[in-house]
This record gives sequence, C-alpha cells and structure tokens, in this order.
Amino acid sequence: MSLFDHGVAKLHTLLKEGEVTVTDLVKESFDQIERTDEKIGAFLTLNEDAFEQAKRMDDLAKTADNPLFGLPIGVKDNIVTKGTRTTCASKFLENFVPAHDATVVERLHDAGAVTIGKLNMDEFAMGSSNENSAFKVVRNPWDPTRVPGGSSGGSAATVAAGQVLFSLGSDTGGSIRQPAAYCGVVGMKPTYGLVSRYGLVAFASSLDQIGPLTRTVEDNAYLLNAIAGHCEMDSTSSTVELPDYTKSLHGDIKGLKLALPEEFMAEGVSDGVRKQIEEAIETLKSLGATVETVSLPTVKYALPTYYLLASSEASSNLARFDGIRYGRRAEADALEEVFTYSREQGFGEEVKRRIMLGTYALSSGYYDAFYKKSQQVRTLMKQDFANVFADYDAIIGPTAPTVAFKLGDQLEDPLTMYANDIMTIPVNLAGVPAISVPAGLSEGLPVGLQIIGNHYSEPTLYRVAHAFEQANGGFKMPQL
Amino acid sequence: MTRITEDEVRHVAGLARLAITDDEVTHFTEQLTKILEFAEQLDELDTTGVIPTTHALDLKNVLRKDEVRPSLPREEVERMAPDWENGQVRVPAVFE
Amino acid sequence: MNFETIIGIEVHAELSTKSKIWCGCSRTYGAETNTQTCPICLGHPGVLPKLNEEAVNLAIKAAMALNCEVATDTKFDRKNYFYPDTPKAYQISQFDQPIGFNGHVDVEVDGEMKRFRIERVHLEEDAGKMNHTGEKHSVVDFNRTGSPLIEIVSEADMRSPKDAVAYLERLKEVLSFAGVSDVKMEEGSLRCDCNISVRPFGQEPFGTKTELKNLNSFSNVLKALEYEEDRHRKLLITGGVMRQETLRFDEAAKKTILMRVKEGAADYRYFPEPDLVRLEIDEAWKERIRATLPELPAARRERYMSNYGLSAYDAKALTSTREFSDFFEATTAAGAEPKAAANWLMGEVLGHLNKSDETIETMKLTPGALAELIRLIGDGTISSKIAKRVFTAMMEEGAEPKAYVEANGLAQISDENLLRGYILELFEAHPQMIEDFKNGKDRAKGFIIGQIMKQTKGMANPALLDGLFHEEIAKR
Repeated sequence: MSLFDHGVAKLHTLLKEGEVTVTDLVKESFDQIERTDEKIGAFLTLNEDAFEQAKRMDDLAKTADNPLFGLPIGVKDNIVTKGTRTTCASKFLENFVPAHDATVVERLHDAGAVTIGKLNMDEFAMGSSNENSAFKVVRNPWDPTRVPGGSSGGSAATVAAGQVLFSLGSDTGGSIRQPAAYCGVVGMKPTYGLVSRYGLVAFASSLDQIGPLTRTVEDNAYLLNAIAGHCEMDSTSSTVELPDYTKSLHGDIKGLKLALPEEFMAEGVSDGVRKQIEEAIETLKSLGATVETVSLPTVKYALPTYYLLASSEASSNLARFDGIRYGRRAEADALEEVFTYSREQGFGEEVKRRIMLGTYALSSGYYDAFYKKSQQVRTLMKQDFANVFADYDAIIGPTAPTVAFKLGDQLEDPLTMYANDIMTIPVNLAGVPAISVPAGLSEGLPVGLQIIGNHYSEPTLYRVAHAFEQANGGFKMPQL
Repeated sequence: MTRITEDEVRHVAGLARLAITDDEVTHFTEQLTKILEFAEQLDELDTTGVIPTTHALDLKNVLRKDEVRPSLPREEVERMAPDWENGQVRVPAVFE
Repeated sequence: MNFETIIGIEVHAELSTKSKIWCGCSRTYGAETNTQTCPICLGHPGVLPKLNEEAVNLAIKAAMALNCEVATDTKFDRKNYFYPDTPKAYQISQFDQPIGFNGHVDVEVDGEMKRFRIERVHLEEDAGKMNHTGEKHSVVDFNRTGSPLIEIVSEADMRSPKDAVAYLERLKEVLSFAGVSDVKMEEGSLRCDCNISVRPFGQEPFGTKTELKNLNSFSNVLKALEYEEDRHRKLLITGGVMRQETLRFDEAAKKTILMRVKEGAADYRYFPEPDLVRLEIDEAWKERIRATLPELPAARRERYMSNYGLSAYDAKALTSTREFSDFFEATTAAGAEPKAAANWLMGEVLGHLNKSDETIETMKLTPGALAELIRLIGDGTISSKIAKRVFTAMMEEGAEPKAYVEANGLAQISDENLLRGYILELFEAHPQMIEDFKNGKDRAKGFIIGQIMKQTKGMANPALLDGLFHEEIAKR
C-alpha cells in the first residue's frame, strides 16, 4: 500500500484533516526512489530542499485550498527549473543551472505541489525508448529488460513505479503517450497552445506540448487544470476560456460517436495489442458509445512529414548550444573549434543525426522539396482530421503498435525506431489533443488506448477515458 | 532519387557546426540516404496550391507593450559563462 | 574608357523603443557591459520571444516615411548562422514578407533631382557587440542583443559615391524626423554596408561587386567608395580580375582592407519562425501610424521657402536636424516672425552651442523665450545690442527676457517728450552744432546723439532719437 494509491482528491482531504502530512508524502517519494530507482533510473536530479519545503508546508496544509497542495511531482528534465540543474539528458547541459523557471513550474509552485526532482528522458526529447539519455537508460517498471518508451520515459516510469504521485512530460511526436502506454499510466498531450511552452527546452517548436502523466484520469484532469491556460510569455499560447477538467468525469458516454481509423489497426500492430484494443472497443460500445471504422488517408505520410519538420526546427532550436554563453565549452584555440568540438562532444548520436537531417532539409535547394512539402502535407493531414471530427466526437486506436520492446532491440535502425510513433505523430502535426489510458496487459505488459479529439476537446477525451478506466479497472501497479 | 553524398554530409556538418569523423561521415551518409529515400514517398501526394501549415493554431498579432522589465544580475551571466573577462564573455579571437 | 559605377546600400537603424524587441530589457546606450540582458535575449534554453508592439509601429512609420507600401500580411523568419554575438545562433528577421517594400527617396545631387528606389524595409533583431582584447581573445557584450532594428535595402540605383552619401543623408534625416531612430552613427544606431561595382558604359551585365562593411561616418563612406571605385576602374583598365570580396575601410591608411573573399552565397536556411505568430497590419493600424507621421524635412523646407520667404540655404540649415527644425517651428508658433527666428537660431543659438557642450535639447533657451526676445526687439522695448546681452543671460541662466529686461533696467527710453527735451537742451547749449550740421558736418549729429546716450546710459531708443533729431533740426 502506497500513499499514492489515493488520488489527488483523497490526498487533499487527508492533508486537510491532518491524517497525512506533506512530509509523509515527500518521504513516501524518497523512500520509493531509494528502493527502486537504482533499477528504474527515472531521476537525473533530486530536489535536495524537498524535505525543507515539506516541513514549511505542513502547517499550511490544513487550510490549503488548492487540490495539488503538498503533492509530490516529478518534472521532465527539459523543463527549466530555476536553481535546479536542467540537463535535457545531454552532456552539453550536464552542469546547467537555469536562471528562470518554466511557466508550468511557476504554476505548480503556486498550486503548492512539491517538486521531487528532474526526470530522465531521451536527450533533448529525441527518441522513443529513453536509450538516448546521455546519463543512463530508464527501465520499464513492468520488466527491467524492456524500455519504458520515450522520450518522457522517466516521467512515465516514475509514476508507474510509485515514486511520485504524478509527473510532467513533453510530447512532440508521442513522447508522453507512448511511454504512458508502455508503462501503464495515463498520459495527456493537450491541444497545441493550451499549456505554455515557456521554459520547455524546444525540440520542434510547432509540435511541442507539455502534458501530465498520472495514475488515473481524474488526477490527470487535476494536473491539467493547474498548468493549462494563457501565458504572457508564449506568443503561441491559446487565449480560449478553459473549463474545469475534473467536471467532465461523470462516466456517461452514451451516444458518443467514436471513429476507428483503419490505418491504426493495419499490419504492424501486434496481435496482443490488437486484441486489447478490440476488447476496449467492446467495452466502449457496452458503455453506449458507437464505434465506426473510418480512414485517415494521409496518416501513412505522417512519419516522413514529422521527421523532416521536427528535425528542421530542431536543427535551428539546438543551434544555441554553441559553447559561448553557457553549457559545455570544448578546450580550443580557435573560435570555429569552440563551436564544432563543443557540439560534437556535447550531443549524442541521435541528436546529431536529426540536426544533420534538419540542416540538410532546410539548406538551399532542398527547402521546397522537404520543408515546405512537409508543411503542405501537414495541411492535408489537418484537413483529414477535421473531416473525421465533423462526424465524430473522438478517434480511438492503439497508442503504439506493440508493447514495450527490449532494450537495445531497435537502436540499430532509426527507421524501425521511428515507426513506433506512427499513431501518435499525426496528432502533433494536426495540433489536436490525445490521451493514452491503460487498456490491460499483453504478454504481461501494458497496452495503451489512445483517444484523439478535436482542438480543445480535452473534456471529451477525459470523459471517454474516465468511463473506460472505470469499466476497465484502471491503474495497476507493477511488481517491483 | 535523393542520394546524399559524403561531400554533402560534410558540408551539412559544417553548416551545423558538428565536427564529425570520417567514420561518422560514412555512417550518416548511409542513414540520411535511407531516411531521405523514405521521405520520397511524400512525392506521391499532390500538394499543388496547398498552403503550408507553419503553426498548429492560427493566431495573429500577439504583441507586448514597450515596457522595461528587470534584467538578470550580471553575476548570473558570469556564473554560466565558460570564460569571462571584465564583465564580458570571452571567446577565442575573432578578427574582422 | 568610360565607366559607370553602380552602388547599392543596406542600412541598419536601431529603433527608438524603450525595451528590446523580444524581451523587457532596457536598451539604453552606454550601460555597463552585460547588465541589460535576460534569459530571453541571451538565448537560454526554453525561452520564447514576444514581439514589442512599438517596434512594429516604428517600422511601419519608417516604411511610410520612405514612401514604401506597407505589407498587410507579414511574418518573421529565422536566419541561421553561428557567431558569438548571436545568442540563439539565428537572427529573427523577415525573409520574404518585409513590412515595407517598393519605396523611394528623391534627392538633389549637384543640382539634379534623383530618385533612389528602396527595395524593402524589414524588422529584425540586433546582435551583441564584440571587442578584441589582445591577440588571443575577443569578448562579447550582449547589451545590444535583441535591440529592434530595421534594415533598409536600396535598389542599386546610385551611380557615384556622392549619390551614395546624398542617399544616406536623406535616409538619416527622414528616420530622425519621423522619430523612428536616433540615427547616431558614432553609437552604432545607424550603420551602413555598401555594395559597389563598376562596368564600362553601355555594358548590360553588372561588374563584380565588392561589399564595404562597418563604415562609421558619411565622410568615410565617401572616401571608401571613391577608393573602391578607383580600384575597380584601374583593375578593369589593366584587365585584372575583380574578386567578390568583403572589405573594410582603414581610416588611417585611407584604403580598403580585405576582410574575406565571398565564396558563393551563404546558406542561412531561412524558415518561418514557429515561436512567433503572423502579423497582420490592417488598414486601421496603418491609418493610426500614418496619423502620427510628422511633416518630413523636404516638405518643411518647401513650406519655409514658400510661406516664410526663407532662402533655400536657410531652409536647409533649419532642417538639418529634427530637434533644430522643431525648435524653429515652436518659436514661430509662439509668435516670432519666422525670418527673425531663423536668423537668431542660425546665428546666435548655433554660435553659442558650438562653443559649449550643450545641444538644442539640453540648452536652457526655450522657444517661447526666444519668441519673446524677438518681440521685445520688434516693439522697440530693447535695442538689438541689448538683445544680445539678454540672450546671453537666457542661454546661460535660462532668464525670462521680459523679466530680465525689467529687473536690469534694460528697456530703451522711448519717451518722445523726454528725448525731445534732451535735444532742445543741447541745441540751446551748443548752437554752433546746428550751424555745422546744416553745413554738412555729420559729426554735429554724432555729438548731440552721443551726449544723450551718455546721459541715458545708452538706453535711449536710437531710432526714435534719430527721428526726433531730424524733426527738430528741420525747424531751425
């Protein structure tokens, strides 16, 4: 029994009644990290002040109104934290201590959540297995020989392993949802612009979104409530009025029209995953929703489109890591060597590969064929989604084609590795929200059901995910 | 058929300021060629007249008022700088 | 052989905003190094730009003042390159949709009116400043990083170094009058790069061009272009091959020095800035800016000549800077006769400023006070000689002319009866003087007037006194 078996709402009550203290919760986190993290590898940096903060907060807990007050959270290490090392799991930023907080971190502080530490990830969020961390791999709590998914592998594994109540990840092409699916937790990629990107170290600016990873759909809604909303520092931040996401969790999905794209159930989807998703569909139907097969014809072009766009933006976003003002600087006598050696030494292979691809795609003579072309395909993909959403409330399918694969299995061929993201990438290209919820086990490993909605349809996604979760049994803790 | 040559890989590495070894040149040439061949399937799609999507949301005119806000203490700039001299970030000589 | 010189110019002007273009850092000139920086302008991980509205307003204003069309749909792009003064390793600029395009300025060069076309005016951010300390190191100050800039790109319309300087002078004048930039070359808020090529007359294709960078004064622009023009011509005559080069001008050696040979076009990998949204400048916005556009110097000169009857020379001198011209306008608006105001400004005021550290903006003299002084002279309250004394007090102490004249008893004696009395008294005392004057001895008049000036301590109104003298002598 872990204190985190209680969700946000119950813990809030326990804190107010004095049954549990903030210190208890922080201790729960650190004890579990102590017990399991050597095996899991989720944390890169721990917040040494957490107990001090907890002590100061203990007296305030009984009168605190914010449901997140005193709750332990882990933050992906590409979200900057003032005074706490932020590495993006890169050697380049190994000793980088930011001078400012990300907007989401400020909002968590305002809510009273306690940051336990910074979470491991694929370097600069580039990867689907977390094997691209410059410091250590993250292992799947369900099977330590397997990957936790990526790039928010630490964020998913830490929640699954009961090290924190919840965490923040970032999702550029599936980096919240795929690890959530692999680790058996709930992961939400919100509508582009819903959560401020200020303080998120940019990978692909037009695709990146921060989102919550939690044990339950309800907790997910609580965390999104805290971090969503317009931010003055982010020009691409949405200004729409936001609802209270916890209000949409009433369990009733009667009459909802769900679409299942045939492309999401095509070859490549493992039998085990297919079986779990088919069962999930039956469950949703039994709850009163209708499910019809549709087509998203441009989805098959999502991978190349994504890799060209994301790598192009990344090649520019990561150019600031030049060894001049902060971060790693290679010993060199000539300026050009400072640039090239610092970057050579600071970046891992996957990062270099994508910088190379992106630089090539943007270089003169190729811009129209690659960058512009993929932006045009992106337009077609948005239209594809819009067409489906004209007739349906949400799209469903597997989050990933297989369960978590073995460490080292797919490292050799980048294209195989990239194929893991085929069902998640179109969502980022269209800028729409999607959630992954646990849908049982296959071969003893979690399978994720992905629910995709139109822009700002997070309430619908939570409603469907919550109803499914209630019917399906919800979060299961792996044996550690 | 897009074939990226080793010379192009070297040129691109130069643009990206990555000091790559000869082995890496060979390696990247192979891998990038594969990825670009894969990307060629986009040619199947007719995108004539399709407006490129540069932003997921269509926002416009997001502006801030011309107001001065506090800057960082210089010690913070110094703390982060790999090399520092008399209030400035030091780098190997640049001659112009 | 006859040659034709072709010159095109790129000008960078810093916009007169209070804060930088993407962040709230101040952009005051001359601050301690690296004290006007923040995570945003230093390109720290995770930061995002947010566009300064005033920078857009000023860029629109500049485009309008330079007779450009102003874009309705525009956006920002990233220009990617590595350099220590460029923190993000890309400059946010405008690639294919500049704020202004298709503009021009009309300038008179050696008595001939010429139109120099402007291809584009776009908004971008400035880089930091590099300094060199010894042989091994350079240092970077990021205070200037992220200051808003406009880049003004001319068509290759200039045919001589003189054309180039005339174009630049006009640009500077327009930007200053429009209140867009303080255009101080010595502080780097106005910078220019010139492209020059030379071809035989009648030849269609352009010759190979060279680029002159970091020219820090108009006189150096002239010298550097003349030097380059000459070098190009000599090379053409001797059949040499001109390389496409970037050069700087060595002031001491009076020659251009090679910085680098250009090998093909640089590959900046421009692409639309994903961190900034599109900019739509609708008609209402354009109108709002148009309404704030002040009368530009050419129009002012025209008005000074036609309405005030000033000479072309005076009109030009009065519009040499916006501050000077505004002071003149304010003085006439306060009631001063324009010609007199012009004379005072170009004479005494400039003379005084040249001898002091003060400027039009810092000096104690106000337009209202100068107008008052001119009125006191006009209505005979003080003589022009006394006026200079009052003026000195106005410049040095900020004296109010009327109060100063009263406090120091500087008003002229213009009491007719009193002055007539003095004349009659002297006629009685020195009858010989009347005779002498009638016999053509002007000295006699000098004696009488001199005596009265002595008695009144110089305060007698000389014009009035002269009139009364002639009136009385005629009666004798």
